[in-house]
Amino acid sequence: MIKFEKFILENGLRVLVHEDKSTPMAVLNVLYDVGAKDENPEKTGFAHLFEHLMFGGSKNIPSYDEPLQLAGGENNAFTTNDLTNYYCQLPAENIETAFWLESDRMLSLAFSKKSLEVQRKVVCEEFKEHYINKPYGDVWHKMRNLAYTTHPYKWMTIGAILKHVEEATLEDVKEFFFKHYTPCNAILVVAGNIDIDNIKTLAEKWFGPIPSGIKYNRSLPAEPPQTAPRYLEVKSGVPLDALYKCWHIYPRMDKRYYACDLISDILSGGGSSRLFQSLVKEQQLFSNLDCYHFGSTDAGLMTIEGKVVKGIDIKEAEKALVEEIKKLQVEGISQAELEKVKNKAESAMAFEDMSVMNRASSIAMYELLGDANLINTELSNYQMVTAEEIKEQSRIIFDENNCSTMYYLSDN
Amino acid sequence: MNRKIAPTIKDAIDYTLHLKPYEYSKLDNGISVYTVNAGAQEVIQLEIVFYAGNSFEQQRGIAAATNFLLKNGTSTKTALQINEAFEYYGGYCNRVCYNETAVISLHSLTKHVNKLLPILNEMLTDSIFSEEELKVYKQNAQQRLKVNLQKAEFVAGRLIDSYVYGEQHPYGVYTNPLDIENITTDACKQFYEKYYLNGSCIIFAAGNLPAQFINELNAVFGKLHVNKTSIKVPLADVFPAVEKKYRIENDPNAVQGAIRLASPFPNRHHPDFKKAMVLNTLFGGFFGARLMSNIREDKGYTYGIYSYIQNHLQQTAWMVSTEAGKDVSEATIEEVYKEMKRLREEKIGEEELLLVRNYMIGGILGDLDGPFQIMAKWKNIILNNLDETYFYDSVNEIKTVSADALMELANKYLLPEKFYELVVY
Repeated sequence: MIKFEKFILENGLRVLVHEDKSTPMAVLNVLYDVGAKDENPEKTGFAHLFEHLMFGGSKNIPSYDEPLQLAGGENNAFTTNDLTNYYCQLPAENIETAFWLESDRMLSLAFSKKSLEVQRKVVCEEFKEHYINKPYGDVWHKMRNLAYTTHPYKWMTIGAILKHVEEATLEDVKEFFFKHYTPCNAILVVAGNIDIDNIKTLAEKWFGPIPSGIKYNRSLPAEPPQTAPRYLEVKSGVPLDALYKCWHIYPRMDKRYYACDLISDILSGGGSSRLFQSLVKEQQLFSNLDCYHFGSTDAGLMTIEGKVVKGIDIKEAEKALVEEIKKLQVEGISQAELEKVKNKAESAMAFEDMSVMNRASSIAMYELLGDANLINTELSNYQMVTAEEIKEQSRIIFDENNCSTMYYLSDN
Repeated sequence: MNRKIAPTIKDAIDYTLHLKPYEYSKLDNGISVYTVNAGAQEVIQLEIVFYAGNSFEQQRGIAAATNFLLKNGTSTKTALQINEAFEYYGGYCNRVCYNETAVISLHSLTKHVNKLLPILNEMLTDSIFSEEELKVYKQNAQQRLKVNLQKAEFVAGRLIDSYVYGEQHPYGVYTNPLDIENITTDACKQFYEKYYLNGSCIIFAAGNLPAQFINELNAVFGKLHVNKTSIKVPLADVFPAVEKKYRIENDPNAVQGAIRLASPFPNRHHPDFKKAMVLNTLFGGFFGARLMSNIREDKGYTYGIYSYIQNHLQQTAWMVSTEAGKDVSEATIEEVYKEMKRLREEKIGEEELLLVRNYMIGGILGDLDGPFQIMAKWKNIILNNLDETYFYDSVNEIKTVSADALMELANKYLLPEKFYELVVY
């Protein structure tokens, strides 16, 4: 049971506090309810570029990193299609330094021209390092574009094209900041060796005076149901043929999400999983196979990807994969297999909750989803899934008309 | 309230750091067991460390293949049955092969761990290394290698080690597709016989340990036929390359260069090592370091650049590593040398030195948070044949090393002519 207390400042900032006296450290985690899905389709990659700019100095403090490091702290941040999360960890006695730094950059950035110029270049190098200069690096650019016709999940957080990042202006930066980086669009979690009363005082002191801002009301275009299979074939200088298949699943807060999550474990969650055993070990059609999804807030994609063994026709490999899925749809699963994936979920959660940093960011993310207490109740949502639901959902999701398939073929 | 004024801080260097001691036990057959019983979550991490790394192999790739195939079949269980046994209880059994050691690890909920120990024991006493399993391993390892060889950073990582240590040295050796092809079940069986069945091992366990856990370990592993003869890690000679500078084209369409600079460096027993950890942090060891501040945060040449000292037992290397735009790769190397020069010629200011000290101490304080992290510190100390004074002396060095001493160290080690220089495009 992970305990926390929640209160809301007058300006709308939600604050959650989790005490853990066993650690000498404290964590301050700020989550902003903005991600790549909130970007203008002509200016993609902006939420992530903006995350970089948050380290370029704020209104009253020229550098974010230095004072934090001087206080013995460390920090980082990440951007997804749904959200942007900043976290720092430092010796608990110095927690006020984190309040000072985080509140000033919520108040206002410095909007430095030099920072924008440099970070545009840094993000372009990040783009190249992860998505261009690697075999199969552009898979998800293509796959999102194929699977989503309408919803902004169709582009990646790094941006659809380099040019969008290169052309970002200081005006864009300011507009984005005042629209999204406001107390009413943020969640603050403080965790570790801290004292709840003291945190209340510090939160009032540092974040209380920041103007509330206007609540950003999201209205994203909904993805229409897919009604026919989609295909894409790519040829490039990669060494092996690779197969990617995606199916639309449910939003994160939909009850049916849990069955889908367990299905991905049944298919590929370890050495005893179905796809690995049948297609990698027995039939030896693939050298690796993974089934996963990103747990996105809006309806995400169940994905199966694998590299085909050299000399095997990708169509033959795909056929065998489809057969395995059919088996699940027709025969369902045994109680023991269901028990196995539930045990795995329990174990994974226990390990995840070990570090105070993870607990802080989980609390923030669950609060964003609508209920921070999910950190305690999530496991029971998995426990309730039945074998019948697994079978039913595998029939619904793995429908040919709900599927996008990509062949990423080697041209040598 | 004035937002321009920083809240007062407790300097991290004023903290007294305490490394929670391990408990030591010996099983009937002499296996040393180190345990750290701590943590709020009901989980456990068990690591069985064998002296069975690639330093012991006669043929490339055998140590890694043997280590991997430990989980792929015994005389009574197939690979599938072994995997099912672990996974049914939400346990994760992994194995990793290093230079001197090869590890079999288990992560499990505390309540299930005792049910999983006998399976580990079976792997360590009765693995069969079937032809079929090896065939699949070879095929998949080759496919993975093929993909990796198209990545500049992978190729650069292999090559720089081979320049520093020589391609015959365990730290410099790498596997080619043909080496994988040449692996046989006989070679694996022989390696298993010598370095596992009759090998030498140590056990590390951390987390929330069940009651009477040592007795349980003794009942399961106390009869292993290990530690009968003391296995000596062979001391291999280093054959550093003569040529220092390399530019290699791996992909004509590359948009970045994978840059590696490396210079030989002594191991943790050398008196300079602890000081060098401080100098390294200042040079390129964290986000606020000189390399990152200049080459990323001022010039925007790269997404990230770091320096580090490799964690090898015998001798090691001081390494600078980054991926930079193809057109700015040479300029990046220039800037790295400029930063070395600054460290040799300009004494570090007190303010920056205090920041580095506080950052490092804060980092260790955070690192000691949790049983697995505490055990990781101990494991490193024990496998390096050190004791707790190494930890406390390191902390002391961070708190007290002088700017003069760091400059002297820079003049001894951060010399461009000592560094191998590689860019893979």
